[in-house]
Amino acid sequence: MTDRLDLLIVGAGPAGMAAAVAASAAGRRVTILDDNPAPGGQIWRGFSTAAAGTYPGAKPLVALHRSLRDHTVDIRSRTRVISTPAPRTLRVQDDGGAADYSYQDLILATGARERFLPFPGWTLPGVLGAGGLQALVKSGLSVRDKRVVVAGSGPLLPAVAATLARHGARIQGIFEQAPLDRLARFAFTLAAHPGKILEGLRYRVTTLSAPYRTSSWIVSAHGAEHLESVDVCIGDTSRRLACDYLACGFHLVPNLELPLLLGCTISDNCVAVDANQQSSLPHVYCAGEVTGIGGLEKALCEGEIAALSSAGKSAAHLFERRDRLARFARRLDVTFAPRRELAQLATPDTLVCRCEDVPRGALETCHSWREAKLHTRCGMGPCQGRVCGPATNFLFGWQQESVRPPLAPARVATLAAPPPSQ
Amino acid sequence: MATEPTSHPAPAAVVTVRINGRPLSAPAGASVAAVILQSGIPFRTSVSGEPRSALCGMGICEECRATVDGVPHTRTCQLLAADGMDIRTA
Ligand SMILES: Cc1cc2nc3c(=O)[nH]c(=O)nc-3n(C[C@H](O)[C@H](O)[C@H](O)COP(=O)(O)OP(=O)(O)OC[C@H]3O[C@@H](n4cnc5c(N)ncnc54)[C@H](O)[C@@H]3O)c2cc1C
Ligand code: FES
Repeated sequence: MTDRLDLLIVGAGPAGMAAAVAASAAGRRVTILDDNPAPGGQIWRGFSTAAAGTYPGAKPLVALHRSLRDHTVDIRSRTRVISTPAPRTLRVQDDGGAADYSYQDLILATGARERFLPFPGWTLPGVLGAGGLQALVKSGLSVRDKRVVVAGSGPLLPAVAATLARHGARIQGIFEQAPLDRLARFAFTLAAHPGKILEGLRYRVTTLSAPYRTSSWIVSAHGAEHLESVDVCIGDTSRRLACDYLACGFHLVPNLELPLLLGCTISDNCVAVDANQQSSLPHVYCAGEVTGIGGLEKALCEGEIAALSSAGKSAAHLFERRDRLARFARRLDVTFAPRRELAQLATPDTLVCRCEDVPRGALETCHSWREAKLHTRCGMGPCQGRVCGPATNFLFGWQQESVRPPLAPARVATLAAPPPSQ
Repeated sequence: MATEPTSHPAPAAVVTVRINGRPLSAPAGASVAAVILQSGIPFRTSVSGEPRSALCGMGICEECRATVDGVPHTRTCQLLAADGMDIRTA
C-alpha cells in the first residue's frame, strides 16, 4: 500500500501523457498506470523515441516524452487496473503481482478499441482488426509481400493500409462500408477542421495504388486452418479475393470498463464530462477517446484541460478548440456508423462470443446482455465482453449497464489481497 | 522515473525464443505475439476446438494468450520478446 498519490492517471496514450505534462507543470506529482509495454497508447505503439522521428505523426511523442522525463513523472508500464477495492483506490496487476494505488485526483485516459462485428469466418487465424494488424506490424510482424485486404469502417482504414504498404504488404483493396454521400458530407466539414486528425483519409489520395471503395463490406472469410480468401460485397456484386491477412475493424468504441466500474455516468456510449472534463464523480476527470472518438488532437487537448481543471486552474482558453474537436468526433460517429446490412452477415452458427464460442443462434432468444450472460455465457470469458459487447449492442441493441470486478482475468492472489486500510 | 518508450531496446538486434521447443529468431523489440503470428503457429485452441490467433493486437481480445516462461494465459501482444523466452501454445 502506497501513500495517497496526488494525481493518478490511467492510460499513457496521448491524452494521459498530455495530462501528465500539464499537471506536472502545474506543480502536481503524477503517477501514470498503463497496460502497454511502453508509453504511447495506440497511435504510438512500438515507437522508440530514436525511431519516432522517422514515422509520420510520431514527432509529438518525442516532445511529450522529453517533458515527462524532465518532470520525473512516474510511469508504470505493463500495469493493468482491474478493480477498486476501496474508495479512491485502484488495484492493479503487474509483473510483480498486485498493488493498490490511492489517489487524491484521478484522470481516466483509457482510450478506445476497435469495434468488431461477426461474419462467417471471422475467427480464422489471419483475420485481425485493422488497427490490430497495424499494431502487430508496429510490434515487429513482417508483412512484406503479404496480400492484405483492409475492410470495415473509419478513418483508420486508409491509415492502416498506408502503414502496411510502407512495410511491403500488397494491399488488395480498402473496403469502407460507409456510403460515398456520407463521406462526401464529412469531407466537406473537414474543410472546417484544418488539423491533422484525419491524417488517415489523406493517405487515400496519395500514393496507395490499392482501390478505396465505399459502400463495400466484408461478407465472409474462408480457409482451412488459416485465412485463404475473403468475399466482399461491392455495390450489387460479390467478389472473392485471395489474401494472407484480412485487417477488419468497424471504427472505434471507447474503453468504458473502468469508468463504469467507478460509477461515472455514461451517455451515448461515452463518459459524460462537463466543460472541465470532469465526470459525474468529483475528483475523476476523463480525457481522450473515452469521452468520444476524435483522435490525437482531441486527446491532447482534453488531457491538458483535465490536468489544469483538476489542479484548480482555468482551462477556459482551450474550451473553444476542444468543443470544435468534440463536434468533429460526433461527425465521425455519424459518418462511420455501421450500416444495418452488416447485422445480417452472421448466420445462426457464426460465433459471436469468441471466448466462450457462443453462436448467434443461441443469442437470438435472449432479450438482454444480462440474460445472454446468464444463459449462454456470452461475455463471460477472459475478454469479458470487450469484443462481443459492442457486437451485441449493434446486432441486438443490448446495453452493458454495469461491469463487475475484476476487469480482467486476475490471479487469485490479486483478488484475495485485503483492501488497503484507510 | 519515466523510462524511454523503447519497444526497440538498444542491445542485440535479434532475440531468439523457443515456440513449443522450436527455436525462432525475431527482431529485438518485437512483441511475443508478432513472433508467434510470424511463425504461423496458432496461439490457442478455442473451447470448441478451433485454432485461434491474435485479433486486436492491443491487449483486449485475449485471443493471443500463451504460456510464457511457465506463466499461463499471458497476453503475448502486450509482452516484448526476450532472448531465451520459452513460449508454449495450446
Ligand atoms: C488499435 C488502434 C490503432 C490505432 N492506430 C491509430 C493510428 O495509427 N493513427 C491515429 O491517428 N490514430 C490511431 N488510433 C486512434 C487512437 O485512438 C487515437 O489516435 C489516440 O491514440 C487516442 O489517444 P488516447 O490517449 O485517448 O487513448 P489510447 O492511445 O488508446 O491510450 C489509452 C491507454 O490506456 C491504457 N489502458 C486502458 N485501460 C487500462 C487499464 N484498465 N489499466 C491500465 N491501462 C489501461 C491502454 O493500454 C493505452 O495505452 C488507433 C486506435 C486503435 C484502437
Ligand atoms: S491480440 Fe488481442 S489481447 Fe493480444
